[in-house]
Amino acid sequence: MAIVTDKVGIVSCSGEDLPEGTISRIATRIVMEKLRPDDTVTICLPLFLAGSEDERAFAKVFPTIAVDGCDKKCAEVGTNKYSGKPVATVVVSEIMKKYPHLKVKSRDKLSAEEKELALKVAEEIATKVDEVLGRKK
Amino acid sequence: MSKNGKVFVIPCSGIGKALGTVGRTATYEVVEKLRPNEATTICLPLLTIGDEAILKLTRNNPCISVDGCPLQCARKNIEASEGKLAASFMVTDVLRENRSLKPEAVTELGPKGLKLASILAEKIAAQIDEINKNDR
Ligand code: SF4
Ligand code: SF4
Repeated sequence: MAIVTDKVGIVSCSGEDLPEGTISRIATRIVMEKLRPDDTVTICLPLFLAGSEDERAFAKVFPTIAVDGCDKKCAEVGTNKYSGKPVATVVVSEIMKKYPHLKVKSRDKLSAEEKELALKVAEEIATKVDEVLGRKK
Repeated sequence: MSKNGKVFVIPCSGIGKALGTVGRTATYEVVEKLRPNEATTICLPLLTIGDEAILKLTRNNPCISVDGCPLQCARKNIEASEGKLAASFMVTDVLRENRSLKPEAVTELGPKGLKLASILAEKIAAQIDEINKNDR
């Protein structure tokens, strides 16, 4: 199995039940579409259980960052259980403690505050991507 | 409020595809607007990791899977967890019936994608009524 060293895998929890899960999902998309589009790949987390060995090889092929909404850490635990140990984990509820003025309420349409928090989380993920790739930006 | 006694609408939320977002948006429309007293949702990844409390809830209450694509991750996660699967929806089926309503992107569905989500939400709500009429 070829190991990829110039791209980082990002596995986000989808957190349907919690606003923090929506933030983790949107933050991941911001990294993939805007902040580090050439450096990152993703996979749908539930595919680890529903998919094939090819999908389960993901964290063995790519150094992988788990992005979780809360301390249940479904992305970290699921990736570790089915695929491989993530090289880092970003937890939205932890990052939120640094920005107490940014309130998170919606699971669906994000408010301006929620979008700002999603961007903060995305920036932390992007920093981890750079660390994993051994780059300083 | 307790989730027990409700129908569990569980979307896949597929992060790689806009159709995953359609399923997620439709689910919120059902559990927050159309059938808030009859339906609820959970974090699908809790099934993926085998969280005991969620396993118990999905084994004891009817579940509806809402998947973005034919890989049907929500359905397969419910089945693998021995959840009580009562019905399954696939966004690709609804899109086939409404070909002009192609969603724009994973983060922003756009007006057509939102309309597609609303059509799916109505179908899910009707299915919940059916389950409640027949099953319990
Ligand atoms: S980590 Fe938390 S928010 Fe994310 S899927 Fe798991 S329970 Fe939900
Ligand atoms: S069903 Fe398709 S879109 Fe949904 S999580 Fe699975 S692979 Fe992704």
